[in-house]
Amino acid sequence: MEKMPKWADVVLIPLISLLLATILSALVILAIGENPIEAVNLMVTGALGSTYGWGYTLYYATNFMFTGLAVAVAFHARMFNIGGEGQAMLGGLGVAIVCLYVPWPHWSIALLAACAASMIFGAAWAAIPAYLQAKRGSHIVITTIMFNFIAAALLNYMLVNVMRPQGSQDPATARFPEAVHLPTFQSMFSTAENIVFRGAPANISFFVAILACFVVWALIWRTRLGYELRAYGHSETGAVYAGISPVRITIIAMLISGALAGLMATNNVMGEAERLVLNSTEGAGFIGIAVALMGRSHPFGVFLAAILFGFLYQGGAELALWTSIPRELIVVIQALVILFTGALDNMVRMPLEKLFLSLRKEAE
Amino acid sequence: MEFFITLIQVLDSTVRLATPLLLACLAGLYSERAGIFDIGLEGKMLMAAFFSAAVAAVTGSVWLGLLAGIASSLVLSGLHGLASITFRGNQLISGVAINFLASGLTVLIAQSWFKQGGRTPSLFGGGRFEPITFPFADSLSNVPIIGPIYAELLSGHSILVYVAFLMVPLTWWVLYRTRFGLRLRAVGENPAAVDTAGVSVVGLRFAAVAICGVLCGIAGAYLATALQAGFVKEMTAGRGFIALAALIFAKWRPWHAMGACLLFGLLQAVALRFQNIDLGGVVIPVQVMDALPYILTVVILAGFVGKAIPPRAGGEPYVKER
Repeated sequence: MEKMPKWADVVLIPLISLLLATILSALVILAIGENPIEAVNLMVTGALGSTYGWGYTLYYATNFMFTGLAVAVAFHARMFNIGGEGQAMLGGLGVAIVCLYVPWPHWSIALLAACAASMIFGAAWAAIPAYLQAKRGSHIVITTIMFNFIAAALLNYMLVNVMRPQGSQDPATARFPEAVHLPTFQSMFSTAENIVFRGAPANISFFVAILACFVVWALIWRTRLGYELRAYGHSETGAVYAGISPVRITIIAMLISGALAGLMATNNVMGEAERLVLNSTEGAGFIGIAVALMGRSHPFGVFLAAILFGFLYQGGAELALWTSIPRELIVVIQALVILFTGALDNMVRMPLEKLFLSLRKEAE
Repeated sequence: MEFFITLIQVLDSTVRLATPLLLACLAGLYSERAGIFDIGLEGKMLMAAFFSAAVAAVTGSVWLGLLAGIASSLVLSGLHGLASITFRGNQLISGVAINFLASGLTVLIAQSWFKQGGRTPSLFGGGRFEPITFPFADSLSNVPIIGPIYAELLSGHSILVYVAFLMVPLTWWVLYRTRFGLRLRAVGENPAAVDTAGVSVVGLRFAAVAICGVLCGIAGAYLATALQAGFVKEMTAGRGFIALAALIFAKWRPWHAMGACLLFGLLQAVALRFQNIDLGGVVIPVQVMDALPYILTVVILAGFVGKAIPPRAGGEPYVKER
């Protein structure tokens, strides 16, 4: 028997957790001598008050959708992929190689190639931890953390020693050629008399992210592989009894997860920077953890949570611009969300379960 | 002779750089031996680094700074214990949250208190741990071979360095020669048996997490008040994760932990002193040295060089009534 109705599990608990995180964040703002209500006002007008703000919010949200989906897919197979950051970095490397060294006639073909390259590179970076987890039993969390650092060193080496253009001091690749620049929201939605999203980095890969949400949903709930994945996540022994190979599922789940994290590079590297720079991921791989937890590992939840975090990121940047609150406030909020929706889940859940049980008893 | 002097200097810097790794690694050892995974070592160190530097800067006393650092690290430990022991949450997720919490809060508070772009004022005088000079170090430093080893390598570190290295035999003794240590190890392998014997699993685990907090606090304080003079944003720079790597490398044993931390400290010292190393035509880029601790750990984890088996009940919350 379920202890709670499903809506309480899916909607109520995340909302309560979010509320707790918000209250604590407000206390933090109060403690450093600022007004939380003014701060929220600034964040809302900065992130949602103009098409420019929306352009940034949706740009960040695109990143977080990819990394959030990556973490969510691994969660379904009961694995915790902390390596999204490294996988996204490698995805960036793949995108840079494809964009720089192949003369593409049109951005649309280049985007398809970049998607493929970023997915392959991201999946490849997840493949070794996946193999080690499946075959040698080394813990996926530790190996993916290690691979984040190895990815950072590798990228540093590639940018400083290999891909940096001659005569440049900056550890970054050359700019991508004009032909592979992705259409931004400004060029897609502006009319001659009314220019919207002016100068904002949101671009066509936002739709790639939405497509990815649909594909992941279909994969998890409408295919045999997705069923096996969830079955394995629920009970390993049960899955083995049903003839599902743990090695195969572990490796496939991690490959999909790595490919999704890698796909993020189509947004931040190809769509925004238009070249590969050091630390291009800016921690988005880790925000994916908060997004997946908040979104209850469901693609639609991930979509909503990604937009929420996109709002927080753009709002936080505006706060840093207009007040003395540094951008790091967002990191604190992110930590609180992870804490309440992830680690302290039971703190919210246990009293709620008791409440629903007692309500049911009264009704009977 | 010049080679010898360089060697001594590199080893000296190895000892300095290995100290925070060793403290954090032993911290993780207590926690993980009791069955509580802790990937929040980094965050606890960072928090302690900030509060020790902040309090030392304000009061001018490095000892008060150390206490404040330990206290702040203990608060995060308490949070980790609350999430992973009391509410039986996911220990890994809790660790991730603690890392972010520290990373954000330190800059936020530093900016609010000191308004110097997320750093504390530079520490000087009584605000720092001064090097301790061993007796006769000056007069002996001219003796060949032994002189420099005594005067440079052994003498002239801050007290926390000696504390860190003394913690190794102490940890070994506590874990393998005391009743508390036996129970601590048992609770990481088979908590149900400990519970049956009438010993509190929750109490033991909280004790382990608290020891972990104290040691991380000392590690952080060492970073900000001895190795460097003040706190800067993200100053732990992944040391908590290298300590975690060292812990696996050492297969959760104290003496081996010291060996692993010295090895990883040596790698850092070499990377710091020589940028790219030229080995007769083959150039090893500095990034390889940076990545080597992580690569070595993955190799160890893969079980190609001996198998690293974590404590059996590690990562799993203990449910009494099952």
